[in-house]
Amino acid sequence: MSDLNLLPTDVEDDLRATVRDLLVDHCELSAVAAVYDGDRSLVERLWKALSVDLGLAGLLVPEEHGGAGASTREAAVVLDELGRHVAPVPFLTSAVVATTALLDSDHALLGRLATGDCTVAMTVPLSIELDAPGRELASVTADDGGRLTGRVTSVAGALEADVLLVPTVDADRLALYAVPVEQAGVEPVVSLDMTRQLADITLDGIAAELVLADAEAAVRRALEVGAALLASEQAGVAGRCLETTVAYLKERRQFGRVVGGFQALKHRLADLYAGVESARSVAVSAAAALAADEDGSVATAVAQAYCSDLAVHAAEEAVQLHGGIGMTWEHPAHLYLKRAKADQIAFGTAGAHRARLAGLVDLPPVRA
Amino acid sequence: MTIDELRGRVADFLATHDPRSTDRLEFLRARYDAGLAWVAFPEGHGGLGVPQALQAEVDRLFVEAGAPDNNPSANGIGLGMAAPTILAFGTDAQKARFLKPLWTGEEIWCQLFSEPGAGSDLAGVATRAVRDGDAWVVNGQKVWTSGAHNAKYAILVARTDPDQPKHSGLTYFLCDMTDPGIEVRPLRQITGEAEFNEVFLTDVRIPDSHRLGEEGQGWKVANATLNNERVSIGKTALRESGMIGVVARTWRAQPERRTPELHDRLLRLWVDAEAARITGQRLRQKLAQGQPGPEGSAMKLAFATIAQQLSGLELELLGEDGLRYSDWTMVRPESVDFTGRDAGYRYLRAKGNSIEGGTSEILRNIIAERVLGLPAEPRLDKDVPWKELQK
Repeated sequence: MSDLNLLPTDVEDDLRATVRDLLVDHCELSAVAAVYDGDRSLVERLWKALSVDLGLAGLLVPEEHGGAGASTREAAVVLDELGRHVAPVPFLTSAVVATTALLDSDHALLGRLATGDCTVAMTVPLSIELDAPGRELASVTADDGGRLTGRVTSVAGALEADVLLVPTVDADRLALYAVPVEQAGVEPVVSLDMTRQLADITLDGIAAELVLADAEAAVRRALEVGAALLASEQAGVAGRCLETTVAYLKERRQFGRVVGGFQALKHRLADLYAGVESARSVAVSAAAALAADEDGSVATAVAQAYCSDLAVHAAEEAVQLHGGIGMTWEHPAHLYLKRAKADQIAFGTAGAHRARLAGLVDLPPVRA
Repeated sequence: MTIDELRGRVADFLATHDPRSTDRLEFLRARYDAGLAWVAFPEGHGGLGVPQALQAEVDRLFVEAGAPDNNPSANGIGLGMAAPTILAFGTDAQKARFLKPLWTGEEIWCQLFSEPGAGSDLAGVATRAVRDGDAWVVNGQKVWTSGAHNAKYAILVARTDPDQPKHSGLTYFLCDMTDPGIEVRPLRQITGEAEFNEVFLTDVRIPDSHRLGEEGQGWKVANATLNNERVSIGKTALRESGMIGVVARTWRAQPERRTPELHDRLLRLWVDAEAARITGQRLRQKLAQGQPGPEGSAMKLAFATIAQQLSGLELELLGEDGLRYSDWTMVRPESVDFTGRDAGYRYLRAKGNSIEGGTSEILRNIIAERVLGLPAEPRLDKDVPWKELQK
């Protein structure tokens, strides 16, 4: 196994700068906070700017379908920046998970995804574990005429989607169907993280188009890529929490001195710095491993097992070290805490990824 | 020079120096003269001035040819710390005199830095060097000196001007350990071994030609040495190398000892060890691009924590066998292997990982101040002449 390049390429640096510029201009944290009070105007505006104007919706779509043909490395850079800004856009669900599920299908949806003309969500619970059995991946059934019936709860990206990509199960096969969103029952959920608001989906004998008849590998691949790249979002969340906390502690004065000079706080921040650096390393490593097709499952499990908890820790430290102001609605720390906590559960908790890792690296549990 | 040209150099060298029939020392000296020792060093000093990244390939080719090595584990201080410092600060004469026998292992080196009263506060060293004609006379006591009983030379930091504030009154020397004024006493550790020594210096004479760097510049030179120490300590490359590999093998070999609680802790530490390994890899890729910095402190911090937790876990995993210890007999080991001997030794030895080469507390200060830019600790000793400080 060769050493993967863990440093950004020039192209990745440029991409990061472009995305960051746009987010600084168009993703103000006050507008992000407003989604919790029901003002979702930022969501559509920002997603159009990212998906259409910057063309990020088609990042992972192959060039023959009109996309950029980029790899998981570039998508990871985008997610890192989106995490830094807790951006409320469906990039992960549409441009990563749904797009990856469709990659082997040659379906026309890929071309529509690439232009940003169409946003897609795969109907699985956000908390789905990568090793979940088929019946949990797909709780919807299709009849002989391709009519779908069933209910899927806690789906991310559905509220922003034009098309739902529905995994279905029959006796022995998992298939993927496409349904226009307006034909499904989409019920918004009051979510812990309203910047990635969930919805419960009900399908009541809806006519659907078969996209992939034998879709289990594609669906599992999509979830693994989603989990691997979520680690970059978590690293972005954690990195931003560290930066803003360090900056605040350099200004905040008590007892006649800057509180960042107290060793009890310096040591906590030093430990957090070490953790954030490790999070960034394993997140980049997972994206690079998938791009190079080298040991991607282990790298994904490590990245999720590490970043899920580290991002929560970073956000919790941010709240605590900001003191009272960190507990207010006005200060953005809570946006990061809610995103980090929801991300920890997304695609399985760190514990679920450790359990998966045990099988992948031959560290078996106690025998039953 | 391309990697293929370098391979050609090695092949040419091996064609004229058959590793099977050439005397070991003669072979090593010739390899040095050919610039194939540490290839990143300049020509004439055992290298070819090529990127450090090419060293691994050269070493591989020599191993493949069955060539003798310079037994690097017996001279870690020399190769890892003394050599780069001599290269950076030495005169041409010093480089010519010291580097070659250091690399071949003919002269083993040790480090006379820490003192009973100067540990984390290394700049507080009290060992005095007083000028006497073209030599210096040194008196004092050093501690934590690994390999002092085998060493021919030492890198030494001593106080040459007590009227200056503590950082500015230091000078760096290369000290002959066979001088009659040197007394080495073993310092027994919690493992039972005496890996380290106390070194007493009584009227030791060091010629001025063995001063490294300018008089009063010792702190700057010593920092170059210590930065090399921290980078080398945080170094692992392959998955499951080091302590995690040892414990993972025990886990696989002893299914009857597994418990759910130990399994969870093992997996957490496996992830931490893998994250540290990948972070080290990323840091080395950055260093290769010429972006060095104090970030290596974070690596050392993680390494110490993980090694300590893993070695503690291993004893619990072993259960009844964890109650046994191989041997408390006082010995002076030739080289140190953190993952060697038995689980009890590994547990006890790992306690040193967060103390040696910068305590974890000092490393956190370094990260907070030099990486994050937080205010420095208040200093009561900064602009005061050293001799007036409360000791």
